[in-house]
Amino acid sequence: MEIPPRAGVGLKPQHYRDVLETAPDVGFFEVHAENYMGAGGPSHRYLAAVRERYPLSLHGVGLSIGAAKPLDRDHLRRLKDLIARYQPGLFSEHLAWSSHGDAFLNDLLPTPYTTETLQRIASHIDEVQATLGRQMLLENPSTYIAFAESTYAETDFIAEVQRRTGCGLLLDVSNVHVASTNQQWDPFAYLDAYPLGAVQEIHLAGFTPETDEQQRPLLIDTHNRPVDRLVWQLYAYVIDKLGPTPTLIEWDADLPSWNELHAEAMRAEACMKSRAPRQEMRLATTV
Amino acid sequence: MQRLSERQQEFALALLDAARAAPPGLVGPDGLPSPRRFAVYRNNVVAGLIETLKENCPAVHRIVGDEFFRAMAGQFATANPPRSPIMLDYGAGFAEFIDGFEPAVTLPYLADVARIERAWIEAYHAADAEPLSANDLLAIDQDGLARVRLALHPSLRVTQSQFPALTIWRMNVADGEPAAVDLEAGGEDALIVRPGADVVVHQLPMGAAAFVRTLGAGKPVVAAAIAALEAAPCFDLRAILTGLIEAGAFIGWSLEQDTDGAPS
Repeated sequence: MEIPPRAGVGLKPQHYRDVLETAPDVGFFEVHAENYMGAGGPSHRYLAAVRERYPLSLHGVGLSIGAAKPLDRDHLRRLKDLIARYQPGLFSEHLAWSSHGDAFLNDLLPTPYTTETLQRIASHIDEVQATLGRQMLLENPSTYIAFAESTYAETDFIAEVQRRTGCGLLLDVSNVHVASTNQQWDPFAYLDAYPLGAVQEIHLAGFTPETDEQQRPLLIDTHNRPVDRLVWQLYAYVIDKLGPTPTLIEWDADLPSWNELHAEAMRAEACMKSRAPRQEMRLATTV
Repeated sequence: MQRLSERQQEFALALLDAARAAPPGLVGPDGLPSPRRFAVYRNNVVAGLIETLKENCPAVHRIVGDEFFRAMAGQFATANPPRSPIMLDYGAGFAEFIDGFEPAVTLPYLADVARIERAWIEAYHAADAEPLSANDLLAIDQDGLARVRLALHPSLRVTQSQFPALTIWRMNVADGEPAAVDLEAGGEDALIVRPGADVVVHQLPMGAAAFVRTLGAGKPVVAAAIAALEAAPCFDLRAILTGLIEAGAFIGWSLEQDTDGAPS
């Protein structure tokens, strides 16, 4: 089932019953693929029930596309099986690495933006798309440091990966704000340079403000609170350019009640409705 | 310029070892090194693993308290990072780590509580299967019973403790209320199984753990009964078998010579 250009919510076990019992009006749900790689049990039962009622998007957090080592073929096969079972409208993964040697580091770690990394990531995405037999979306990272050896701007790097592989993009607007604050970039300039034409989904989440050793702002991508005012501004800027786009509220820690989470999704939906749809804007400029 | 693999090697090593300096060339917006920024990744990795262990071991966490748990889980996590991106699987070996964790030596039952919690998590995510009912086993005649092999439910786990670990676990999950426990009161064995939607934890009588383990090794009922009698001379085969069937412990049977495991 195709993901509609509406607001969706990251599905958490704590909200399974609310969702199934109250059948809320939500555009789609998204789950982390790795949370549904158990052999059986209640998680699959609930996800199957939700999937019967709503479009589903699948978001991987463990493929380690940015790793120097080859992709984990077993993991890729598990993804393929999960996609065959739940038929998600979209599948996305991160511009990040999380595996080294035989250890899985359970975090989305940053990569230097170099020619070597670019080739490595592009060939991994080629392999993913060939194995899964479908397009994947690549998500921009939230970063806390930069690599001195980087030779590409992040937006140029992502644009080049997208051009080489034909993958789609998941634009995490919160990550744009977090990375821009941490790296002292202009987030609007980032969005102007970003290949928005390839965006098929947007993520929004909360972050935690901290500071580094020089008291410079350091935002941590914690997904544990409402979306920040500045992120809503960036979101409106993107929606003005893109028109309504599937938009996910990610809330992964310190979970609120289902009603609070749903209200956050409705806010994204209201933003999409209040901005002029792309088609009308185009008409206005031609007339 | 360093190769990507070397870069990730030093990054990964420094993540898991707080004594190592942050790798060079990781910089803030002024182009200068920023250990504080690198520490965010280090903290994310370790705190994330600790959180996973905490979610999966609520009773161990409640028994030792948050500060002790974080210190113990942090040591386990940095020495035993996950080997798979499926975090549902993370935590195997935590009980054995607790066994050897010096500061927990005054809580000799703690590792056994962790074993129950690990079994619970494994049962929760195990494959689904329809358990046999007593009616399914009526077809076996009394003479044949000893030669029957019983296939265990894929979610079934058995834990054994020389302490009242099950009682302690129950007092420390959900709305259980901790109370004084006599550690000399004798051991407790547990059967953890998810026959349908929910994981159910049963206390096993003496000898039953050996009985179930022997069946699980593919041996017939007679061999399992002998193993149980060795462990507990008062072992009551009929009562145990009835209890296990009611718990949904079995999903199929076959006679010793049979190659087909499914009931007719």
